[in-house]
Amino acid sequence: MADIALAPRRAKTEIREATRWDLLRHNKNWLGLWFMLPAMAFLIFFLAYPLGLGIWLSFTDTRIGRIGQFIGTENYEWLWDDAIFWLSVFNTLLYTFVASAFKFGIGLYLALLLNENMPFKAMLRAMVLIPFIVPTVLSALAFWWIFDSQFSIISWSLKHLGLISQNINFLGDPTWARICVIFANIWRGVPFVAITLLAGLQTVQPSLYEAATLDGASRWQMFRHITYPLLTPIIAVVMTFSVLFTFTDFQLIWAMTRGGPVNATHLMATLSYQRAIIGGQLGEGAAISSAMIPFLLAAIMVSWFGLQRRKWQQGENND
Amino acid sequence: MTDLPTRSIDLKAVLSGSSPTVAKDDHSEGMSYLQSLPRRLVTLYLPLSIIVIILLFPFYWMALTAIKPDEQLLDLDKYNPFWTWNPTFKHIHKLLFESYYPHWLWNTMYVAVGATVLSIIASVLAAYAIVRLRYRGAHLVGGLIFLAYLVPPSILFIPLATVVFQYGLFDSPMALILTYPTILIPFSTWLLMGYFKTIPFELEECALIDGASRWQILIKIVLPLAVPGLISAFIFCFTLCWNEFIYALTFLQSTPNKTVPVAIVNEFVDGDIYRWGSLMAGALCGSLPLVILYAFFVEHYVSAMTGAVKE
Repeated sequence: MADIALAPRRAKTEIREATRWDLLRHNKNWLGLWFMLPAMAFLIFFLAYPLGLGIWLSFTDTRIGRIGQFIGTENYEWLWDDAIFWLSVFNTLLYTFVASAFKFGIGLYLALLLNENMPFKAMLRAMVLIPFIVPTVLSALAFWWIFDSQFSIISWSLKHLGLISQNINFLGDPTWARICVIFANIWRGVPFVAITLLAGLQTVQPSLYEAATLDGASRWQMFRHITYPLLTPIIAVVMTFSVLFTFTDFQLIWAMTRGGPVNATHLMATLSYQRAIIGGQLGEGAAISSAMIPFLLAAIMVSWFGLQRRKWQQGENND
Repeated sequence: MTDLPTRSIDLKAVLSGSSPTVAKDDHSEGMSYLQSLPRRLVTLYLPLSIIVIILLFPFYWMALTAIKPDEQLLDLDKYNPFWTWNPTFKHIHKLLFESYYPHWLWNTMYVAVGATVLSIIASVLAAYAIVRLRYRGAHLVGGLIFLAYLVPPSILFIPLATVVFQYGLFDSPMALILTYPTILIPFSTWLLMGYFKTIPFELEECALIDGASRWQILIKIVLPLAVPGLISAFIFCFTLCWNEFIYALTFLQSTPNKTVPVAIVNEFVDGDIYRWGSLMAGALCGSLPLVILYAFFVEHYVSAMTGAVKE
């Protein structure tokens, strides 16, 4: 009896019209919106809006504590004739290209070494990643001390080996200063490249190498024709990240040289900080950092095409 | 759904990169028997040890400087600079009891935990919506979030400084807690999307049939299964926060409010010739929490790092 009494009532609730409230709670588009809301709020208020605001600021003469007027492209025209700005562009490109090339070379080599079978493999891999974990500024300070003009341990060692007679003025001489910051950047970036490429190497089938060995391939041929082609997609992604973060580097330079000596190590990021926050010229600083955007877009395009090629290589349709 | 098997295999292979007990490392020597020991010494152990020594030397030097007495620090001729027989805790003591260092450590911790928790909550919801709700435009939003990952802080700090000033957040930890998620959310959303894709869809379908709401599914089914991913995202975000420099440098002004990296660069760098000891002690104490955390979660770090790149 109870069943019979219940049945019509249940049927009645099921065919009830979907109210607007139900729509808001169950429609997947609305649900999606609710779920996306917190992340979108952060990204819109603190990322998209400032990005636009930065470009707007670069067309004004805003200073700290004063609302600026629209002045068109005056900031950019001013920068166009500014030798220090062009020096910083040159430094940034030099820094990015040299450091990325070395990071790639050493990182790939280290990944290949770590991929071999040997005792304490796991521990070695864990130790290699430590430079990536420690805050950049703190390791940059250690490098600052290592490259000290008077008490550098490198100068001391070279002197005791009889290779040099005087201390090298590492961070005081423009050429040496560039070499030192690039070295520190390579040191910081190699673990990331190596460990990520190592993860890529792990996915290469060992049977491929066995087959190649049977065919009489040398170690170089195996690397060139098996490892490298299979690794290209991940290399493309890793190197894009590496180039992007090297290009916009700030903390390493700021901790080691603050752009000196005679602006020889000023990158675009450090120059924009110096002009905008220390000098108070927000508009001009924003123009310098906006000038980085075209370079970044170029790097992102490379990444995009790298990813496309990866999908094509794996025969994967866009999921 | 068709791509599910390949993705799960992918992830396992990546994870085995750090844990020798899984997958390929079955203690078989592979093809390495083809190489003789002397050859391996030259082509493998020698270059590997040189690279590892260079990678670790700055930390050794940092730690050594932190415990060396001042006179040994600067007199390189009388004492062997590579070792010390009478370590001192003077620098560390000075750091902990005569400076704001505990304050700075606390600030860094507070900001890092706050920003990380906020970002993880936001990214769990976003990643779940993108991967499983598949609302209209989910793919586009996923792509946009990836692009947001590529926007570097060094082009945002100037306009953000004005925004922070307008909202009245200048010189307060809240400024950092609210701005760090812009770096963390894209990264952790991307990472969690990868993890959520590996969770079988059938589980959710069963729950839906049993009358669970989407919210219940997320809390009771998806999150417990995604715990490894959550740990990866959490510790990686925490590390990124600890590491962040330019926002903290720009938005914080008064000495007690600073975070460790900024404070050490600004407060400890003075004309004192004996500053090196306390400077290195500060750097050491600032790095140790992260290194300890790292030691416990090596696998999660590696999967976070490679996962975000691979997905």
